[in-house]
Amino acid sequence: MNTSEVKGRSLWSDARRRFFQNKAAVAGLIALTLIVLISFIGPFFAVWSNETIDWDVMGSAATLGQPSFASGHYFGTDDLGRDLYSRVLQGTRVSLMVGVIGAGISVLVGTIYGTVAGYVGGRTDQIMMRIVDILMSIPFMFVIILLLVVFGRSIGMLFLGIGLLSWLDMSRIVRGQTLTLKNKEFVEAARATGVSTTTIIRRHIIPNLLGIVAIYATLLVPAMILTESFISFLGLGVQEPLTSWGALISEGAGTIRYDTEWQLIAPLIFFVITLFSFFFIGDGLRDALDPKDR
Amino acid sequence: MSEPILSVRDMKVWFDVRDDEAGGIFPKTKKLKAVDGVSFDLMPGETLGIVGESGCGKSTLARSIIRLVKATSGEAIWMGRDLLKLSDADMLAVRKDIQMIFQDPLASLNPRMTCGEIIAEPLKTHFKGMGKAERREKVSMMLEKVGMDPAQINRYPHEFSGGQCQRIGIARALITNPKLIICDEPVSALDVSVQAQVVNLLMGLQEELGISLLFIAHDLSVVKHISDRIMVLYFGNVVEIGTAQQVIEDPQHEYTQKLIASVPIPDPRKEMERREIRRAKRAAS
Repeated sequence: MNTSEVKGRSLWSDARRRFFQNKAAVAGLIALTLIVLISFIGPFFAVWSNETIDWDVMGSAATLGQPSFASGHYFGTDDLGRDLYSRVLQGTRVSLMVGVIGAGISVLVGTIYGTVAGYVGGRTDQIMMRIVDILMSIPFMFVIILLLVVFGRSIGMLFLGIGLLSWLDMSRIVRGQTLTLKNKEFVEAARATGVSTTTIIRRHIIPNLLGIVAIYATLLVPAMILTESFISFLGLGVQEPLTSWGALISEGAGTIRYDTEWQLIAPLIFFVITLFSFFFIGDGLRDALDPKDR
Repeated sequence: MSEPILSVRDMKVWFDVRDDEAGGIFPKTKKLKAVDGVSFDLMPGETLGIVGESGCGKSTLARSIIRLVKATSGEAIWMGRDLLKLSDADMLAVRKDIQMIFQDPLASLNPRMTCGEIIAEPLKTHFKGMGKAERREKVSMMLEKVGMDPAQINRYPHEFSGGQCQRIGIARALITNPKLIICDEPVSALDVSVQAQVVNLLMGLQEELGISLLFIAHDLSVVKHISDRIMVLYFGNVVEIGTAQQVIEDPQHEYTQKLIASVPIPDPRKEMERREIRRAKRAAS
C-alpha cells in the first residue's frame, strides 16, 4: 500500500513554483545572491585591506585615487587613501547584517507577540496592543540617536535600537492575521478535540501566518538598511575602521565637489541594487503566497 | 429504553451585544439570548436532528455543550457528569468521546497540513504514547472506512473536492472512537448528490459503530432522512420535539408547520400547484 502513496502538493511548493515564474523576483534573487557572494569572496581578491592607507594617494585622491586595476584600487580610494573596493565590501557585510538581524528580531518577537495577543484576546490583547501603540508613538530615530550618543557608538547598540523599533509593525500585522485565523473552523476543530492553546498556536496559527511574515520580512530588510544608512549618514552608527553603505555614501557625497564622484557611485550602486532586489523579491513572494490578491 | 447518554437541562447562552439604541459615550450592552432554556435527552445510538432558521441558536447550543462557547447557565449531563462543571483536565478526557464535524469542509481543515496529519491530530492529543507507524496505520484504515483511497494520505486539503474534504472531517471525528458526534450542518455546503453520499456514509458508520449523532441542519429533508427524533428551535427556544415522522407529518406548532411548508418539492408541477394554493390563500386573507 505504501508503495502507491501519492505525494501531496503543499501550498509551499505551489508558491515556490509561482515565485520562480516571476522574472523580476528571480532576477532580484540572483542579483542579491551575487552581492552576498561578492561581499564574502571579494576580499580574497583585494590588494589593499580596508584599513590600510595608501600613503602615495593620500591627500591627492582626486588625481591619483581614481579606479584602476594597475594600482589595485578597483573602485578607487577615499580621501584618506583607503581602498574603496575593500571598504565597500566590508560595508556591504555590515549593512546586510543590520538588515537581516533587524528583520530577524522583528520576525521572532513580532510573530510571537502578535499571535499571543491575537489568540488570547480580551484584556490581554488590549494591554499588549496599547503597549505597542505607546512604543510606536515615541519618535524612534530620536531614541536610537540618543542611545548611540549616551552609550557610545557600537554595532551592538545599533542592533538594540533597530531591534526595539522593528517588531512593532510586525506584531500588529500578525495580530490582525491571527484574529481572522482563530475563528476559522479548523482552529475550532482543534479546540473541540482538546488540543492545547500553545499547540494550536504552534501547529495551526503560525504556519498559516508565515506567508505574510515572510513577505513583510523581505520588505523590512531594506527598511532596516535604510534606517542604518540614515543613522550612519548622520555620522552616528558604525565606527571606524568598520563602515557601512550609509557611512560610505555620506563620505562620498561630502567629497563630490572635489571631482571624486567614484567615492559616491561605488557604494551607491551596491546600495541601490540590493534595495531593488529586496523589493522585487518581496513583491514576488507576495504574488506567490497569496494568489487570490492578484 | 436505557439511560440517556447526554441530557441537556435548561441550557442558556446569553451574549452581551452593543445596544445601538441606547446613547452615551460608553456603549451599553444588552443580552442577546442565543439559546434560552433548551432541554433534551439523547439516547445511545440515537440521532437527534436539530432544525431551525439561521440564527436561531442551533450551532451555539452545540458549541456550548462541548464548551467552545461559554454557557450562561444550565447543565449538560454526560454519562452522569455535568460537562459544564468539569475541570479542564477532566474535560480533555471527555473530548475524546465527543467529536464534531463542521459546516465548511475546506475551512475545517488546516491548509498547511496533509490529510494524514489532520486525521491524526486527535490521536496525537489523546493517545500520546502511540507510535508513528501505528498512527499511520490507523489513519489509513480510517480513510478506507470513509470511502477514500489511503494512497492519498499525503495530499493537502486544497487537492480534494468538497465531498472528499468532508469525508476527511468525518474520519478525523471518528478516529478516537467517540460515543457522540456533533454534526454542525455537515452537508449544507455540499451539492445535492454529494450531500446524499455523505449523509448515507454517516448513517452507515453510525449503524456500524453505534454512535449517537446530534445532527444540526436547516434542510428539513436531510434531517428527516437521518434523524430518529427532531427538535425544532426558534429564537433559542424549543418549539417542538418528537420522533422524525411525527414532527414532519403532524407538526403541532405553527412555526414547524410554516417551516415544513417552506421546503421546496423536487417536482416542478407539484411545486407550481403548491404556489398557486399559497397565492390563493394570501388573496383570500
